[in-house]
Amino acid sequence: MAEATRILILGATSAIAERWARLRAARGDRLLLAARDPAKLAIVADDLRARGASEVLTAESDLGDADGAAERFSAFADRLGGVDIVLLAYGVLGDQADMQANTDHLRAMLDTNFTSAVIWSELAAGHLEQAGSGTLAVIASVAGDRGRRTNYAYGATKAGLSVYLEGLAHRFAGTPVSVLCVKPGFVDTPMTAHVAKGGPLWATPDMVAADIDRAIARRRTVIYTPWFWRLIMLIIRHLPRPIFNRLNI
Amino acid sequence: MTTRLDTSIETWGRVHRGAHQLAEPAWRDAVAEAARATAAAAGTTLAHGLGRSYGDSALNRDGGLVRTTGLDRLIAFDREGGILRAEVGLSIDALLRVTVPAGWFVPVTPGTKFVTLGGAVANDVHGKNHHVAGSVGRHVRRLALWRSDRGVVECDPEVESDLFSATIGGLGLTGIMLWVEIALHPIRSAMMQVENRRFADLDEFFALSEDSADWPYTVAWVDTIQGGEALGRGVFSRGRHAETGGLEPHRSGGPTMPINAPSLLLNRVTVGAFNRLYHANPGSAFRGRRHYDGFFYPLDRLRRWNRLYGARGFYQWQGVVPPADARTATRTLLDVITRSGEASFLAVLKNFGDRPSPGLLSFPMAGTTLALDFPNRGERTLALMAELDRVVSQAGGRLYPAKDGRIPAAAFQLGYPSWRELERLRDPLLMSDFWRRVAISDGNGG
Ligand SMILES: Cc1cc2nc3c(=O)[nH]c(=O)nc-3n(C[C@H](O)[C@H](O)[C@H](O)COP(=O)(O)OP(=O)(O)OC[C@H]3O[C@@H](n4cnc5c(N)ncnc54)[C@H](O)[C@@H]3O)c2cc1C
Ligand SMILES: NC(=O)c1ccc[n+]([C@@H]2O[C@H](COP(=O)([O-])OP(=O)(O)OC[C@H]3O[C@@H](n4cnc5c(N)ncnc54)[C@H](OP(=O)(O)O)[C@@H]3O)[C@@H](O)[C@H]2O)c1
Repeated sequence: MAEATRILILGATSAIAERWARLRAARGDRLLLAARDPAKLAIVADDLRARGASEVLTAESDLGDADGAAERFSAFADRLGGVDIVLLAYGVLGDQADMQANTDHLRAMLDTNFTSAVIWSELAAGHLEQAGSGTLAVIASVAGDRGRRTNYAYGATKAGLSVYLEGLAHRFAGTPVSVLCVKPGFVDTPMTAHVAKGGPLWATPDMVAADIDRAIARRRTVIYTPWFWRLIMLIIRHLPRPIFNRLNI
Repeated sequence: MTTRLDTSIETWGRVHRGAHQLAEPAWRDAVAEAARATAAAAGTTLAHGLGRSYGDSALNRDGGLVRTTGLDRLIAFDREGGILRAEVGLSIDALLRVTVPAGWFVPVTPGTKFVTLGGAVANDVHGKNHHVAGSVGRHVRRLALWRSDRGVVECDPEVESDLFSATIGGLGLTGIMLWVEIALHPIRSAMMQVENRRFADLDEFFALSEDSADWPYTVAWVDTIQGGEALGRGVFSRGRHAETGGLEPHRSGGPTMPINAPSLLLNRVTVGAFNRLYHANPGSAFRGRRHYDGFFYPLDRLRRWNRLYGARGFYQWQGVVPPADARTATRTLLDVITRSGEASFLAVLKNFGDRPSPGLLSFPMAGTTLALDFPNRGERTLALMAELDRVVSQAGGRLYPAKDGRIPAAAFQLGYPSWRELERLRDPLLMSDFWRRVAISDGNGG
């Protein structure tokens, strides 16, 4: 039997990350789950064990705060005995109007979604480079494809993160290390609990997880999930400004 | 806890829908807050699973609703002993994907895998194996529920046994279940050994049922259009888990019914044609092997098939009559239907066994059960069902709340004499449209 894949999930209590972890657990992989809430971590870990993961470790960690990230990352990697796949999934949506009025809140969101995320990504990339192979997958968003009045603060962090990942992918092109930027559309998760669901644009976290899984296996660098968001964003990106300005999105 | 106003939730029969203050907790410890937040405006709330109940027992219109489908985790799975503890929002669909490869099947399954564990326990569901396994409540070892007056309570047949038995078949009223622990059924294969046979009338149905005592799964489909000589003709199906064939679980996918069909699609002519084809179909004399997915869940192949009945929706009606009067009462029921001119597309007949359920208000009892569905044609359909109700009440039987959206209070109370006990154990924060009608309104059928 092949050795179990060693997986590190940063933000393992995210609904999308959890669904992907279930796919991996069913294959008997080994996982280290990092997240900030120990009670949620224990619940997710029990589920993944019951589904067949060969080992599930947990680490309570405020990932949005990157202080001492290098040492913390080494500790994660040591506990797993090396990492084959890193998924970075945590993030916050923030309230656009609130962040316009309160720049402390704006800054906290920037720290979580951008600053800390690129630092963990850089550390993960360094680890995989040393190891000689592996995958870094990071969840960005279609919101990063064009700034819109309803969520440009969040969108900007995801745009910055996407460019960072693009650069990492460039750096590792032609090597056994792959870097994947995941751009989901609307996903029915706790992050969007306040929004009325239904309609063809809404995906389940299971669908997004399955897309992430395929993209990792195929060593893709950027995916839109579900796939049709690539077309939607192509159109939105190319809308002439006068038309774009009239849209209330 | 975030809540939002939702106006789209409807019963599976699609006759009732309404506005609810909705919360979808993703964690067990968020259920209390979700319940209180959704109840804040109208004073009551209710757990809601996958909404596969045809009737209004999963609705609480203009009140709160706590959808449990985000609570879909396993808590512990003993792969040697076949004991599974899982959160209540786990569907049988998701459960089987995990347990079948390990050689375990659900002990009891309804005719769709898109139900949650919580919903299955709250209706104490039965399946094709009722005559050997009883209802699902017999296989529940322990459960936890949150009550607004007591917090989290764990119960089993010994500890908090009153609450345990009231919760099984308790229609979601005794508290919001958080997890359940069930004993699974061992299997060696995902395949089923199946035998289908035609029968010409009800006597043949009863003979085949008796003859099939050593088959763990039995069910029959009956034609509800042919009267006279052919009254009660149909197809009898029996099956057992095969010994070989691998443990490959079902796959997902299949088409979804995208929009409502025109209301006239399912009428006497089309259903009659379907029935003739079904009866004559070589499949109705099939003997051989089938995957469990095709054997137990044929309707799951078309997602949202309930839209076939058009915008007005349809009613399900299911009753059970005790063995003493089973033959005559069943004949009368079929006679009433064939004479009414209302066609039932799916008419399912089965003999229940006498394995008792721990449930206080459990529907199944020894005898014969008939399940029907009728396109909603307003008064005509209601009048027909009222006539069927009378046959069941006179025979000392009862009706299945999960299938209904209109049982009058009097008929319900007659069939379920323990209803007051459930009302006594009801969590004061919880309420459903069903319960408002059958237990809270003045009780004289109004
Ligand atoms: C095609 C089809 C075939 C069916 N075949 C059968 C059959 O063969 N046998 C049978 O018995 N039934 C059958 N049913 C009915 C179905 O099994 C029940 O209605 C079941 O309860 C639906 O589960 P759900 O998750 O959709 O629950 P819902 O319909 O959403 O809710 C059902 C009830 O459970 C309560 N509930 C849900 N979760 C909780 C919780 N966590 N805590 C407390 N209460 C809760 C709700 O308040 C409500 O009263 C069938 C239904 C369909 C659509
Ligand atoms: N849902 C969508 O529509 C959508 C669309 C596009 C992109 N995305 C992205 O997808 C990713 C996953 O989100 P989701 O949809 O799965 O939502 P989710 O279930 O709400 O997950 C977000 C996770 O981020 C965690 N988190 C936030 N701040 C953290 C911190 N400082 N330290 C550690 N963990 C922190 C949260 O932990 P707690 O539980 O402890 O709060 C939570 O587990 C996010 O990056 C999001 O931006 C989502």
